[in-house]
Amino acid sequence: MSKFNKGKKKSQPAINTASLPDIVFMLLFFFMVATVMREVELKVDVSAKDLPAATEIKKLEKKSLVSYIYVGKPRQQYVTMYGTEPRIQLNSSFASVTDIREYIIAEREQRDEAEIPYMTTSLKVHKDTKMGIVTDIKQELRKASALKINYSSRKLY
Amino acid sequence: MARRVAPEINGGSLADIAFLLLIFFLVTTTMDVDTGIARKLPPMPEEPKEKVDIDIKKRNVCVVLINSQDQILFRNRPMNVDNLREAAKEFIKNEFDDEDLPEKEYKFIPELNKEVGIPKGVISLQNDRGTSYGVYILVQNELVAAFNEVRDEAAMKYFGKPKFDDLTEYEQEGIKTLYPQRISEAEPKNIGGN
Repeated sequence: MSKFNKGKKKSQPAINTASLPDIVFMLLFFFMVATVMREVELKVDVSAKDLPAATEIKKLEKKSLVSYIYVGKPRQQYVTMYGTEPRIQLNSSFASVTDIREYIIAEREQRDEAEIPYMTTSLKVHKDTKMGIVTDIKQELRKASALKINYSSRKLY
Repeated sequence: MARRVAPEINGGSLADIAFLLLIFFLVTTTMDVDTGIARKLPPMPEEPKEKVDIDIKKRNVCVVLINSQDQILFRNRPMNVDNLREAAKEFIKNEFDDEDLPEKEYKFIPELNKEVGIPKGVISLQNDRGTSYGVYILVQNELVAAFNEVRDEAAMKYFGKPKFDDLTEYEQEGIKTLYPQRISEAEPKNIGGN
């Protein structure tokens, strides 16, 4: 009898918490499976809120077949080295427009030959970027015949 | 009794450990589904010098121009983004066989089981190097939305279903033949300087 229950006539039996770890583990496994760790460190400023918003968007299927091109202003810690003009990031380093073709070829080599036609290039571009750099990227992609592209944008409600 | 039974390990703290891990994964999880507007770029011409002049009549082309000040010109009229969708829909459908709007090619579409006039219009989206990407995507989105709305209307008209996505694949094919999504992203041009 605990001292707080003195007034009551009958004490309630304690709830069995033995299954609590099971429940927590279940949730844990769910989150472990659902978590996608970001494999590249973003050096340019394109977080989700900086992407343009659109209503007619489609989900990007087959993540393993997607190559990403990031365009935006360099992050705070890189400003001294790379300035404030929008730059291109491929993988985890800054790149120039001419590097794109090599990047696409390298991405292709990692995949199965049969999957190459289904490869998509996702352009994650900050919405304040000027189209000049985007047009250059598009021309490079055309030269590399990576024609399937996706203008990454968030859902507009 | 041969030997003493080992005391059972207290499992009470198991839940705490699991909670700790759970909270870690909860915090680090970003459930971002990648979404975006899917487009297909035109292939690079084999011989860059040989320009093939495809004869497209003026009434069949709808030039949407965005300049470096993010102003929109729709078939030589300045236009606001809000009106773009309606204007594009009017161009795509050409309901009243207007002289200025695209010609129609009358053809029997087996999926619709009807002879219909397929408009031959092409929307050509042109931009300046100084156009901002946000506005460009906004315009792209409006154009895609116009096509989607036209297709939804066609779905209602021919199959009595309000949404194009509700149709069967076969039915969708018919409507796609009727209104093919022809948005061309033009070669880069410099209009009005940077």
